[in-house]
Amino acid sequence: MGKVNFILDGKEIQAEKGDTILQAARRLGIYIPVLCDHPALPPEGACRICLVEIEGQRALHPSCTYPVSEGMVVETNTERIRAARKFNLELLVSDHPLDCMTCDATGDCLLQDLAYEYDVTEDRFEGTKHHYSVNDPNPFIQVDRNKCILCRRCVRACREVNGVEAISVFYRGFSAYIGFGADSSMDDSPCEFCGSCVEVCPTGALWPKQSLGQGRPWQVEKVRTTCPYCGVGCQLILEVKDNKIVKVDSAWEGPSNHGWTCVKGRFGYDFTSHADRLSHPRVRKYLLDGKKKPTASKRDPEKEANPWQWVEVDWETALGIAADRMRQIRDDHGPGSIGFLTSAKCLNEENYLMNKLARQVIGTNSIDHCARL
Amino acid sequence: MTNSIDDIADFAQAFFVIGTNTTENHPVIGMRIRQAVRQRGAKLIVADPRKIDLTDFATLHLRHKSGTDIALINGLMHIILANGWEDKDFIKERTEGFEEFKAVVEEYPPERVAEITGVAVEQLQQAAEILAQEKPAAVLWAMGITQHTTGVANVLSLANLQMLLGNMGVPGGGANPLRGQNNVQGACDLGGLPNVYPGYQKVTNPEFQGKFAQAWGLPEDQLSLDVGLTATEMMPLAAEGKLKAIHILGEDPLMSEPDTNHIRKAMETIELVILQEIFPSETAPYADILLPGASFAEKSGTFTNTERRIQLVRKAIESPGEAKPDWWIISELAKKILASGERQVKGAEFSAWDYHDTGEIMDEIAALTPIYAGVSYQRLLNGETLQWPVKDQDHPGTPILHVGQFSRGKGRFSPVEHIPPAEVPDKEYPLLLSTGRVLYHWHGGQMTRRSQGLLKIYPQPLIEVSDLDAEKIGLNGSKRVRVSSRRGSIEAEALVTDRVPPGMVYANFHFPGAGANELTIAALDPVAKIPEYKVCAVKIEAV
Repeated sequence: MGKVNFILDGKEIQAEKGDTILQAARRLGIYIPVLCDHPALPPEGACRICLVEIEGQRALHPSCTYPVSEGMVVETNTERIRAARKFNLELLVSDHPLDCMTCDATGDCLLQDLAYEYDVTEDRFEGTKHHYSVNDPNPFIQVDRNKCILCRRCVRACREVNGVEAISVFYRGFSAYIGFGADSSMDDSPCEFCGSCVEVCPTGALWPKQSLGQGRPWQVEKVRTTCPYCGVGCQLILEVKDNKIVKVDSAWEGPSNHGWTCVKGRFGYDFTSHADRLSHPRVRKYLLDGKKKPTASKRDPEKEANPWQWVEVDWETALGIAADRMRQIRDDHGPGSIGFLTSAKCLNEENYLMNKLARQVIGTNSIDHCARL
Repeated sequence: MTNSIDDIADFAQAFFVIGTNTTENHPVIGMRIRQAVRQRGAKLIVADPRKIDLTDFATLHLRHKSGTDIALINGLMHIILANGWEDKDFIKERTEGFEEFKAVVEEYPPERVAEITGVAVEQLQQAAEILAQEKPAAVLWAMGITQHTTGVANVLSLANLQMLLGNMGVPGGGANPLRGQNNVQGACDLGGLPNVYPGYQKVTNPEFQGKFAQAWGLPEDQLSLDVGLTATEMMPLAAEGKLKAIHILGEDPLMSEPDTNHIRKAMETIELVILQEIFPSETAPYADILLPGASFAEKSGTFTNTERRIQLVRKAIESPGEAKPDWWIISELAKKILASGERQVKGAEFSAWDYHDTGEIMDEIAALTPIYAGVSYQRLLNGETLQWPVKDQDHPGTPILHVGQFSRGKGRFSPVEHIPPAEVPDKEYPLLLSTGRVLYHWHGGQMTRRSQGLLKIYPQPLIEVSDLDAEKIGLNGSKRVRVSSRRGSIEAEALVTDRVPPGMVYANFHFPGAGANELTIAALDPVAKIPEYKVCAVKIEAV
């Protein structure tokens, strides 16, 4: 790739040939506001927020689609540009609910940020507002078309990233809206619920249902970690509030996922707070009583005083019994009589310790896990 | 994987996807393949008896019969050799055993292969042509290749193909098994296998016996030189009363092992079952002692992904009640066992179990595991992404294996012959059952069935049945079917679909009571001891 020299806000700049003005500015850390553009998606040129002035050109041009050329002179922040951006924002806001006080996206909304930056209030334009119902029945994603600004980020993410084309814009002009499949609900479309659309939505139009009302960006702690499902190893950001995961974002820095993930990674985290979680060590009653293990036909955990009943105990007791029984079986029958199943779901460090437990402490190589299963 | 996700996604000119339903089981890799096909015109060959989502994106779908992978791959290689399309320089400089291999492949002319596999000669020809012309090509596979009694031979066969084409050690190429669980790679890497210490150091080698005995503070003869039992070998011994105790960490044999009825008997018979779990799993009713562990979000450490990348896991929330991180539980148990009795460890660098955090455990791993030697939390916290082998603290890791030279020196061609599956359909059980996962659930389903959205969108197991077979058994409106094998029987709703060809049904193992493993056969690959989950014989009836 060759280089191109041009002037941006009075400074001589070198850019890569083929860059758009926006890409060149981004590389140099020069801020141009955007709504429809997203660095991970192909440019769209829909929102006209990233407008710039190019010397010798009468109209303002969207910097997200305009390529740099040798010697061009570009201004990104003149009065004229600011007025045009504000005008476009005012048009968007005139048909947008002003419910920021209760909107989940508050603090994580590009439209809100830009309205603030450009001092946009509701009273410039009055006219018909859309009143869509918010009732897509799918279990994962709330679709609030009232908050959609038709930037088509979701359309591009679905088509270009996931390759699915479940989302498209139906109709034109004021009638235009985002729809799914053949203008149906999300779960009646080819959607795979990877949630890439949610990840790139600049407003609260697409939001995880599980996260509604669960906390604002400044109320949550964000922790980057690795997904617990398949072996791709997506990097995820867990949003935590009151010791509960309330939302999962896919991390742009993830070397194997580059900002994307799947339905399990993004929405399948609530098992962590499921009521079934085991919270206390348990042993069968016969172990506490020092009795023999009941034969299979005599095991009834539901029956009171049955030797197969579970009894909650403290760690000292549970581990003491476990250690005594293991040692006894090893001494009576030899280390070969004990097997270990370690876990493809647990940490590297834990797998190493299971290997050390089997080999060093017990003296057997009979350790395996479900790699084959 | 010999290669990285990025390099195959960006540089492969063709993908040969065989025995992986990538978009459902490794969705983000599936996404990247779709992108490569649509955005830069990469060619995609899917070899799978089922129609999968990727077949919609494929240049070519080779719908071979289940259990005929070797014949198919040998057939492709036969055509490549017959046309002189092989990479002669690569074969000469970097491989050995070519002549013996060639002699076997010569026995697989297209007509014979078409007969064994059911794939038309013309399609075989087209596939071979694509592989010959589009360099580099990446081969991707998963359990559809390995879960056969010929699992090892299937893999060797794919390695043969990539050596023949010279696609090893280059970006965009490679032999790439996709690992199905978050840390199955790490569990293999760190000694969770009966034949190797951490880092694949063989237990049968006295040198490694000595090394670990010294590090762990034991006399040499206290570490066994004998290969231990695999999971699939433990269960039959348990059923015979020969395995007395089992300690299970976060695994659910009742869902994931073949022939569930047999597993029930085995688990009932074992004298002591210690289970570390986060849920009362299907295995929990058989446990004597149940120890509550921590979920991925409640502990810090590392997982190693399918491309050998070691990545941090960070604690985000506290565990419920008294539940503890599993590394703590294992350490405390070890200390208590060692506290008395004859087997004592002492005085060595790593004899003790006094870990304060997982970082200390990683330091011990690095000291004893050459492929992890340069891994430390400090490097990972600094944002380095490390793919093993990481030979020392200055080594940057290894994104692509076998560059310039194979790790064993020369790459060895292995002559492999087609062998039919252990149990094929017959008069009594006329259909072939294959098993696997679906997008919305994962493995035994303990986590995904307890995830509200995932359970809502896929609430019950579905058995894929072809139109033709559905018609034969007169499936009525309720569409429930009973599927039976020689080992067991399940009832579930049928999904009548062209995803499976006539004569084949497909079931998943996510739901207790109707899990596919009630039906599967515990026939094992003789080397890897992997069960043949992808082929057994069943019959179906409408209920």
